[in-house]
Amino acid sequence: MAVSLKDITLSYGSRTLLDRVSADIPRASLTAFIGRNGTGKSSLLRVIAGLDPAAGGDVRLCGRPLSTLGPGERAATVSFVATDKVRIAGLTCEELVALGRAPYTDWIGRLQESDRTAVRRALETVGMAGFARKPMETLSDGECQRAMIARALAQDTPVILLDEPTAFLDLPNRYALASLLRRLARDEGKCILFSTHDLDIALTLCDSVLLIDTPSLHHLPAAEMAASGLIERLFQGGDTAFGDIPGCVLPGGRQRP
Amino acid sequence: MTRTLLWFVLLALAAAALFIADLAVGSVALSPGEVWAALTGAEVDPAVRYIVLDIRLLKAITALLAGAALAAAGLQMQTLFRNPLAGPYVLGISAGASLGVALFILGAPLLGIAGHSFLRSVGIAGAAWLGAAAVLAVVMAVSRRIKEIMVILILGIMFGSALGAVVEIMQYLSSEAALKSFVVWTMGSLGDVTGPRLALLAPVVGLGLALAVAVIKPLNLLLLGENYARTMGLDIGRTRRTIFLSTVLLAGTVTAFCGPVGFVGLAVPHVARMLFRTADHRMLMPASMLVGALLLLACDLLSKLLALPINSLTALTGIPIVILVVIRNRSFF
Repeated sequence: MAVSLKDITLSYGSRTLLDRVSADIPRASLTAFIGRNGTGKSSLLRVIAGLDPAAGGDVRLCGRPLSTLGPGERAATVSFVATDKVRIAGLTCEELVALGRAPYTDWIGRLQESDRTAVRRALETVGMAGFARKPMETLSDGECQRAMIARALAQDTPVILLDEPTAFLDLPNRYALASLLRRLARDEGKCILFSTHDLDIALTLCDSVLLIDTPSLHHLPAAEMAASGLIERLFQGGDTAFGDIPGCVLPGGRQRP
Repeated sequence: MTRTLLWFVLLALAAAALFIADLAVGSVALSPGEVWAALTGAEVDPAVRYIVLDIRLLKAITALLAGAALAAAGLQMQTLFRNPLAGPYVLGISAGASLGVALFILGAPLLGIAGHSFLRSVGIAGAAWLGAAAVLAVVMAVSRRIKEIMVILILGIMFGSALGAVVEIMQYLSSEAALKSFVVWTMGSLGDVTGPRLALLAPVVGLGLALAVAVIKPLNLLLLGENYARTMGLDIGRTRRTIFLSTVLLAGTVTAFCGPVGFVGLAVPHVARMLFRTADHRMLMPASMLVGALLLLACDLLSKLLALPINSLTALTGIPIVILVVIRNRSFF
């Protein structure tokens, strides 16, 4: 298993977000991570990325306990794309992506031929090869997000985590990005896990879906998740109801006919 | 790449020219031939040799080192705090060092070591390091919790003012001799640096600059913020400690021996960014050091020509650059 969670407990202040939850996510799979606001999606991603400790339980990445990995080994195992928009004036796409090679470069970050190849390939994979020399401040949100994903690709890790990668994108860009992630999982054998509020994308384009139902975590293949009724139960409120198409919301809280 | 190389060559030539000009200009008029003779050890009047080697050369080397030191400290703080307006002076680190020096100079007569020159130098430097370290530790601790750029800046300015007030109270209460010695120090003069002092300043600043070079790759990773840097394998604790040590040694030592020199650390990294149009510290770090050395040499030269304190000149050249940066980067706030 690429990512293996065992008895993870997560709390925010005195509130328990997740209580001894477990999940196994294989290689070559795209997994969406859904749940209401404030249920701990970002917190769990940060735990898996090794940025924060969990209140309890174990994370294993590619069979090795996360806690035993040093900073360099961890950086070669899992890469992370955060929600915050990063636009460094004067930093070109190429330079940004090259930062992803940090775990493999020398003390001052000099690129070898293999690093340059990895950077070029990563930019090509996300369709940003033409932007290599463009500084970040000239990119649109979608381009910026792609460049950040290219940086994670250049890091060459079996596991890639993304925190709400589709948040600032318009509809075509959301689908384009999700399709890109799906292709990466399939073609490059990556284990890709991303949090999202786009239920339609989660249910139609992903292999499996992780759903936070505080304080438990459900992990099901996307089709089973769509049929399980869990999503309706969790997201249906006064103003939302679901239609027959997976993740499609009917206006005005109208009940399913 | 050619543009980068061209700028480096131009800046290095300009720095060399200013260094030579700094040796040639002073209150005593010397011919270039006399200066050259003194430098090469040829037959020359002992008074000329003294002026060139023991006064002007020391001063020029001090300007070179102090400029590079303040610029390197400023660049590290701007990237670490992800704040374009950070710098050792603005964040109150120079003020912390000043308070340390004030405590030492005004308190040294009580300890009975006022007369001993080398002990005094070590004491001033040590007091400045402690003062700088104390302020920097607080600023770094606060910045871990509060990410807003303005909060950190306002905190630094408040620190600077509060420490300044404490120094004023100490001046008010202290003896005339100690007070005079302190006031002369606050004027910020590169000329106070004597041979033995330079023997302390040069290796310490050298160490600080070496540490600044050692964190070039970590600084590049920190451009994306601490979270990203950590997921790319950066040992954040070690990086923070190195930057802390480097900044304290650089800003503390320069403040100890040259007085509080403002705005070089804040303005110079921006000049380097504008000239080299890059965010890569592999270019920004050496470029900042070079521009910093150049700026302080130029200010020293001007201060001699116009007979003005060097502090006023660094402020007058640095502040327009800072205002330009603020206007250009409105989006930061």
